Amino acid sequence: MLKIVSDLLKHDTRFRIAAVFLLAVLILIALTAVSPYDPTRTFKVPADIPPSLKYPFGTNSRGQDLFWWMAFALRNSLLLGLLTAAVSRVIAILVGLTAGYRGGLVDRVLMSVNDSFVVMPVLPVLILLSFLLRGQMNIPLLALILGLCGWPGDARLIRAQVLSLKERSFTRTAVYSGSTPLNISLNEHLPFVLPVVFATTIANMLWSIGMEVTLSVLGLSNVSLPTIGTAIYWANQHQALVAGIWWWLAAPIICAMVLFLGLYLLFSSVNEYIDPRTRLRLMGG
Amino acid sequence: MRRFVLGYLLPRIVQWAVVIFIGVTVTFIIPRLSPNDPVEKQVAELMASGAHISPQAVIEMRAALTEMYGLKGSSWEQYFGFWGRLFRGDMGPSLSTFPTPVTALIVRAMPWTLGLLLTAVLISWALGNVLGAFASYYPKSRIMGVIDVLSQAVRPIPYYVMALVMLIMFAYVVRIFPFSGAYPPGTHVEFTPQFILTVLKHSALPALSLVILGMGGWFLGMKSLTSNIISEDYVVYAETAGLRENNILFNYIIRNALLPQITGLALQLGSIFSGALIMEVVFGYPGMGTLTLQAVMGNDYSLIMGIAIFSIIGVATSVLILDLIYPLFDPRVRHQ
Repeated sequence: MLKIVSDLLKHDTRFRIAAVFLLAVLILIALTAVSPYDPTRTFKVPADIPPSLKYPFGTNSRGQDLFWWMAFALRNSLLLGLLTAAVSRVIAILVGLTAGYRGGLVDRVLMSVNDSFVVMPVLPVLILLSFLLRGQMNIPLLALILGLCGWPGDARLIRAQVLSLKERSFTRTAVYSGSTPLNISLNEHLPFVLPVVFATTIANMLWSIGMEVTLSVLGLSNVSLPTIGTAIYWANQHQALVAGIWWWLAAPIICAMVLFLGLYLLFSSVNEYIDPRTRLRLMGG
Repeated sequence: MRRFVLGYLLPRIVQWAVVIFIGVTVTFIIPRLSPNDPVEKQVAELMASGAHISPQAVIEMRAALTEMYGLKGSSWEQYFGFWGRLFRGDMGPSLSTFPTPVTALIVRAMPWTLGLLLTAVLISWALGNVLGAFASYYPKSRIMGVIDVLSQAVRPIPYYVMALVMLIMFAYVVRIFPFSGAYPPGTHVEFTPQFILTVLKHSALPALSLVILGMGGWFLGMKSLTSNIISEDYVVYAETAGLRENNILFNYIIRNALLPQITGLALQLGSIFSGALIMEVVFGYPGMGTLTLQAVMGNDYSLIMGIAIFSIIGVATSVLILDLIYPLFDPRVRHQ
């Protein structure tokens, strides 16, 4: 693992940028442990102060220090991404392994449901759901809902891998030595699929954090909880742009860009690393 | 022909029906799984909003809501009733603009979204594909390198954040484009050249944002698809035969890489549509997205439900249409 990281650091510019960005995010998140204020409390600091040494991101009209609000926001958004990815990974792995290994009717039914989910516009359905749950929305619940919507593309990817693994001789050996299908799927096939699962985890986190931004901006999540989306929601509520408090929007936008670019560059770098042909080209081996 | 119908056409149509079936069923089940009684919640929220409503009106409203959500009778009766009304195109009255039917509101908003979406998708898809092929055919080009880096940088940014940045940059910092809407408030909607020009000017920024966000994906996809094709024998042969570069690029390279991109477009339509909704909210464009915002703000549950179902049917149908014209591009399917 350490070897891989140091290899990537040495050979891949994208991985280096991703490392810097994500490290910045992680440091900010770690700082929440020593935060001087509770982020949800208002009017702890003077309102509407532009960025300065004392308040690096400025303060907003609700008397909150944007630096600390964003630190908590990044923590919550990242947590949401991780939880969503965990939920949807479980479904994607189960569906992918089953459909790929069983084939036939099971495969066709699962993939038909899968394709329906791929095609369906998720946002209107999510809006309907969060609208009904307004007031009870919290991060685990939102993660569960997003997780239930975010698995299909990756299930298809895993299935495709299993289809080729199934034809390999070790699968036949396992079948002839009396392994159960469950055993083969989990012990023989899953380890081969894991790298893809890891790469898609990051992509799924990007998707879910972006979805949270959308839902929060519409006021459909718990808006008193700091996230990237609720930061923009409050800025819009107070018409920050019209009032000229540009830093209120700049803080979440910059934080979002650093987080998203960091995750995406990590994703594309890992994705290429998994593919041995491009890895050889990268490392010149 | 029979093989084409049974092997290609029929599965596509079945898939289309399955998508709509699952989508409508999910929208039917969601409110019933919710811990809140939508009727009571709706009534309570309307009362809390400060509107003065007489007790008689509350009782009537409760009855109307129960009827409208199809909450009468057993679950199965409700379910079939739901489908029945859907087939008649009846999604009940909107609650925030009572008694305008939900369908009327959606029909009014739909052309705006359709126009914006169609323009943006076509431009970004075509541009992304052509530039992607250019980038892999001329790997040393500086401009292509810049586009490549930009595509990668823009791709992960969520629609909402990107739209906000575009809005700030081109409507506040540099005031080239109008700030919101599709036409200045108070303008009479009519088909005069002047009005169309105003709409075009107002639509430019949302369309541009959609194009920039969409193009990156197609660009990167096409680039990796064509990177294998440029070293194929037939391309090398065409080069040695001295064909013009444009000819090689469009007829030998792009044409062979286009099919996965068409399939990709079909698969992406759902998320592109979601993206367009967000874009409209940011730019105050009077389509489905703004209608959604209006519904959320006005606690208009029936409108949200109508929008959800309509979006699912709309996107599924667009995918079906794309699937049906696919054989025009793929001779293998055509000659089956």
